[in-house]
Amino acid sequence: MSLQLILFILFGTISAISSVLMITRTNALISALFLILNFAGLSGLYLTLNAQFIAVTQVIVYAGAIMVLFLFVIMLLKPEHEKYFSHQPKLKIFAFFIAFIVFIQLVFMIFVSHPSQGNNANVAASVKAGTIEEIGKQLYTNYVLPFEAAGYLLLAATIGAIVLAKKKFE
Amino acid sequence: MNIPIEYYLILSGFMFLVGVAGVLTRRNAIIVFMSIELMLNSANLSLVTFSSYMGNSTGQLFVFFVMTVAAAEAAVGLAIILAMFRNKLTLNIDDINILKW
Repeated sequence: MSLQLILFILFGTISAISSVLMITRTNALISALFLILNFAGLSGLYLTLNAQFIAVTQVIVYAGAIMVLFLFVIMLLKPEHEKYFSHQPKLKIFAFFIAFIVFIQLVFMIFVSHPSQGNNANVAASVKAGTIEEIGKQLYTNYVLPFEAAGYLLLAATIGAIVLAKKKFE
Repeated sequence: MNIPIEYYLILSGFMFLVGVAGVLTRRNAIIVFMSIELMLNSANLSLVTFSSYMGNSTGQLFVFFVMTVAAAEAAVGLAIILAMFRNKLTLNIDDINILKW
């Protein structure tokens, strides 16, 4: 049993279990904390895939910025429990049934199509692809237009968030 | 690279479908929103997996842009939830149906 497999099992179990716990908790605050745990597990998985830059960005941007925003809004609003909301058990059973069927289909398709066959996994190329040097080079040469567009998108989102949160709309 | 690519893809698919089930079953607007983030992250896991196994960094650049869009989406979405809560004093998405015909 190689170290990569052990780490995959460890982080994969953390991610899978915390994602299930996230959608089953009634308290939104505890859900958000489980989502942060899920992101931490994902960050570990990215490290097992030699994607150092994405692993660090996952922690900084998702766990550090986006989830803090979520926690901030949850604490700002009244933490009401969902059991007082209307709930339809039939819809719940239907949703889990649909998700289960699609998951079975997905597993079947993945195993039938054999994505790892004919894939000569080259560790050196994989390590090189994940470094911040390679990603930065690509970002400022081939992908400079999407990069600028992402900057404008963030500006628009900032202005939109301020406008929406500032005043009441009728 | 000695573990099969299928393991990562199945984990990614599992997390995506947990997110789908969360969107369909939960009635709290913030938890529905967090389930959407979970789905985005499972797609990111697939992209990084393929990028790493192919030795090509394009998938990781896509993940970078997905993270940008997710940050913008979270900011605007939470502002909408805040404005909604101010008007209706609820987070229940069954009560917020003014766009439903």
